[in-house]
Amino acid sequence: MTVSDAQLAAIYQELILDHYRRPRNKGALAGADARAERRNPLCGDEIVLEVAFDGDVVREARFSGRGCSISQASASMLTQALRGRTRAEAEALVRQFSALVHGDAGAAGDEGLGELRALQGVARFPARIRCATLAWSALDEVLRGA
Amino acid sequence: MSSSASLHSGATPALIAPLAAPLPLAPRDAFPLLAADPALRYLDSAATAQKPRAVLDALRHYYETANANPHRGAYRLSVAATDAYHDARARVARFVGLRDADCLLFVRGTTEAMNLVAGSWGQAHVGPGDEVVVTRMDHHATFVTWQQLAHARGAAFRIAELTPDGRVDLDHLASLLGPRTKVVAFPHVSNALGTVNPVREIAALVRERSDAIVVVDGAQGVPHLPVEFDRLGADFYAFSGHKVGGPMGSGALLGRRALLEAMPPWQFGGDMIAFVGDEVTTWNALPHKFEAGTPNVGDAVGLAAACDFLAGLGMDAVIAHERALVAAAMERLGAIEGVRVHGPAADQRSGVVSFSMADVHPHDLATILDERGVCIRAGHHCAQPLMRSLGVPATARASFWVYSDAADVEALAEGLESARRLFAA
Ligand SMILES: Cc1ncc(COP(=O)(O)O)c(C=O)c1O
Repeated sequence: MTVSDAQLAAIYQELILDHYRRPRNKGALAGADARAERRNPLCGDEIVLEVAFDGDVVREARFSGRGCSISQASASMLTQALRGRTRAEAEALVRQFSALVHGDAGAAGDEGLGELRALQGVARFPARIRCATLAWSALDEVLRGA
Repeated sequence: MSSSASLHSGATPALIAPLAAPLPLAPRDAFPLLAADPALRYLDSAATAQKPRAVLDALRHYYETANANPHRGAYRLSVAATDAYHDARARVARFVGLRDADCLLFVRGTTEAMNLVAGSWGQAHVGPGDEVVVTRMDHHATFVTWQQLAHARGAAFRIAELTPDGRVDLDHLASLLGPRTKVVAFPHVSNALGTVNPVREIAALVRERSDAIVVVDGAQGVPHLPVEFDRLGADFYAFSGHKVGGPMGSGALLGRRALLEAMPPWQFGGDMIAFVGDEVTTWNALPHKFEAGTPNVGDAVGLAAACDFLAGLGMDAVIAHERALVAAAMERLGAIEGVRVHGPAADQRSGVVSFSMADVHPHDLATILDERGVCIRAGHHCAQPLMRSLGVPATARASFWVYSDAADVEALAEGLESARRLFAA
């Protein structure tokens, strides 16, 4: 593997490619309590996030839309990470994920982020941070609006 | 890739058959940014061109020897600035085949030029019931400007569609033309597909069927093809200096004198007036009527130097060089699994190759290529109406210019093969 392939592997980890090829929780969510849409005007990528709550706790989250491997994998992982969290926990996760993809070392070492840490390589690609945060920006709206 | 190093030195381009793997037409050494980074593969010249040293030198020389506010001072330095500006206009006009240099207006770029035509001619002549025609391949600078003018004036907005291989469908265009057509705007060359439009033929078609003005977006014309405005049959022609190797923030609008003289000013201020009364003001002559405020002399001088540089290479040689690269790239990329190249055959293009790879988003391709020092554009190329008709949200685009060579094509292809492997794994 050349140096450049190794660097690429840092962003295109197998886990990310796997979520891109086989997105989890993709499609409409019947009985959603909240919904938010985001578009990346640069590339026309779009994400719709739908969330259902049980009281204060996320029961289920699903997404639809299309886009690059980073935006799709990020949305797919988000829907998995969200399930069972309270609103306050979800808000904290939004902040911590943003720190992660902006290169924060503390966030990169936070095991609480689980699989999401696979996206930390995005920090080296400023042009792609927006791809990684598209679904999270939609989640932010869901949490604020509801 | 080690062979690329030897390609840059010594060999005489004239000894190479035109369609063999092309050498750069102008050496990388003539472009300081490229000279400083020999590994860089800059394939985004359609977005903006790298600057020849001659342009950077001309800018410095102007500011070091002739800088003053032109048209105003009664001292020699101001006269030097005025002369430099006047001389720049004459050289740029000559380069684009405009004999009457006062009909060349310096503007910030194509976008501003298009807004000038719409804001002045359009506001004065387009009204309810009229029709404004653009094409499916127009850049937002043209598309949105005329769409909004049409809406503001209560006119209908019509879009000429494309053939399946990405050329303007002339039959469809003809069917849109009639006595109510006031404006027909289209690109000389599509920035998203590279398609070169037959300007003269389209202009003749418009004349035959309507009294509309013919407005050409030449942002991708002047950098890549010989342009002779006086023989194109167009009424207005706009281009951006930064795509010609000139400074950002420079550009020009060419127009026919009778139209420009009859048009109301677009912006008001110093320089554009003749007499200012308490109630009434009269306008200065062309070109000043359309150049309100202190002009951008430095960048006009830089743009003129860029035109001289290209004239030295010869625009016939530039387009031949780009087509040889495009033909090589289309062949090489077309052989990569999953790659689809958009647009017409190589001999109907400038140096643009727009493509998609199955199951790999253009953004991912751009990142993978960036890691290898290859700069391409990924996105909608300011042509969302075109992307919708291609059925893709975005494409990847590689574009060539005078410093591009066979090593660029090879680096692009190898990067795409690596993307294919990564995503297929
Ligand atoms: C065909 C075309 N038209 C218009 C423009 C706008 O040019 P500028 O942004 O320099 O005003 C561009 C450049 O992006 C272009 O390629």
